Amino acid sequence: MLSQLFPNVNWEKMTEALYETVYMTAVSTIITFILGLAIGIVLFLTSPYQLWANKIVYFLTGSLVNIFRSIPFIVLIILLIPFTKFLVGSIRGANAALPALIIGAAPFYARMVLIALREIDKGVIEAARSMGAKTSTIIFKVLMPESLPALISGITVTAVALVGYTAMAGIIGAGGLGNLAYLEGFQRNRSDVTLMATILILLVVFIIQYIGDFITAKIDKR
Amino acid sequence: MIELRTITKVYKTKNGELTAVDNVNLSIEKGEIYGIIGYSGAGKSTMIRLLNGLEKPTTGSVIVNQEEISAISGGKLRAARQKISMIFQHFNLLWSRTVEENIAFPLEIAGVPKQERTKRVAELIDLVGLTGRGKAYPSQLSGGQKQRVGIARALANNPEVLLCDEATSALDPETTDSILELLLDINKRLGLTIVLITHEMHVIRKICHRVAVMEAGKVVETGKVLEVFQNPQAPITKRFVSQVSGTNETRESIEQILENYPSGKLVKVTFVGQATEQPVISQLIKEHGVDVNIVHGSISYTTSGPYGTLIVHIDGTEEQVQTALHVLAKHELQTEVIEHA
Repeated sequence: MLSQLFPNVNWEKMTEALYETVYMTAVSTIITFILGLAIGIVLFLTSPYQLWANKIVYFLTGSLVNIFRSIPFIVLIILLIPFTKFLVGSIRGANAALPALIIGAAPFYARMVLIALREIDKGVIEAARSMGAKTSTIIFKVLMPESLPALISGITVTAVALVGYTAMAGIIGAGGLGNLAYLEGFQRNRSDVTLMATILILLVVFIIQYIGDFITAKIDKR
Repeated sequence: MIELRTITKVYKTKNGELTAVDNVNLSIEKGEIYGIIGYSGAGKSTMIRLLNGLEKPTTGSVIVNQEEISAISGGKLRAARQKISMIFQHFNLLWSRTVEENIAFPLEIAGVPKQERTKRVAELIDLVGLTGRGKAYPSQLSGGQKQRVGIARALANNPEVLLCDEATSALDPETTDSILELLLDINKRLGLTIVLITHEMHVIRKICHRVAVMEAGKVVETGKVLEVFQNPQAPITKRFVSQVSGTNETRESIEQILENYPSGKLVKVTFVGQATEQPVISQLIKEHGVDVNIVHGSISYTTSGPYGTLIVHIDGTEEQVQTALHVLAKHELQTEVIEHA
């Protein structure tokens, strides 16, 4: 039945492409989460009146985030080709897409982390300080748990954006569903392949969104 | 126990410098409940934050528990803070933690092992009257219960000093009283020194031993609570005292009486301690033949005894009235003839 509706789809290739998309999204999401969180926390702590208030660090980090957030992703991939070659050794394959995906998404997520941290009641941080908490304790036991729902919903949005980015990265040879839709579907004029790839991408997005929403609702005790 | 020496705190703002605390000297005894009262912007929030080093004075020194808080930093300051805990107007609990976990937080900071933590948390929950609510989240508690968690959390590391930052200002009157009673109880049982800031004279009256009145960064008056109530000096203190004695509301009736009765005298009598129990007024009427009309009366209870005010209109011949005033003075009552409202 499926082969009648999608006569040109090579299921083995399609499954492999789906796997590549999920792989790229998962790895880049995890690294983006860690990197973006770190940058976001630095931004927060160095902003005025905070624990590490420091105009220079805040300005430099903020500018870096803004620059990388502003470069269109497709341009970023091209700009990063030499860097990727140096890091991964090739510009083809799923791993080659990772540097661009992470560098494109981490600053985006860092901004969301900053917003999430600013939502935390200042009084709670003050209370922790009044108890004699170290900054590391404040980060891991106050800032992160108190902003967790926003951090999770932020990474969900970022992961969804990353699925889109992987499709773009696919066009320059990173593999995945975007690559398949472009090469097999568009260039060979087989619209059933494009359609199937689209359905699978949507499915991935829906699943990510569902998991994100579920966790956010579960952990929010406010 | 606590010593503030020539403290000044200046904030640099866009519109120039702002002096939040202006040349303040204070000393607070061990085991005392010390109240600092002032309207918002008087500098009391800054004052209380100087005591645990959340704010550093521009000049002067802060000494708490033989430690110069204003001079230490880093690990030493953090260790000192574990013995100077604080409760807040908006409770500042972590919503992501249950009651138990919130109370355990300062113990985690102090590096207390898990088993001891659990034991201590259970004790504290009982102490503040939250037995059975340990697994609840702050969002499931009422304001008063949240403040009880705040107090339990503050007591976790057996502090020497408890700082209360407008701890009852977000609570309704009844809850305020129950929290104040809890604080009083803790003070008596644990011998804890309590410093509280507030804008409600009621709070001062109810639990404080001594009080400092702040206005525009300066301490304008200090003294034992009963004495300050009985004989307020600064105009702002008089305003705060009338907050509790309710004489503000009687202003209009005083005006009315002054207008309606040009003869006789309007007298404000202040009773303290034993004097509240003597039948002075009936004595005046029976023995000196004056008419006494009660305009206003109230009795308040402080930690060091009751205190009452009575505003009466005394009428009769000039001579009778004068004798009546003498009699009042003889009873060691504070009398004040009110000429205008």
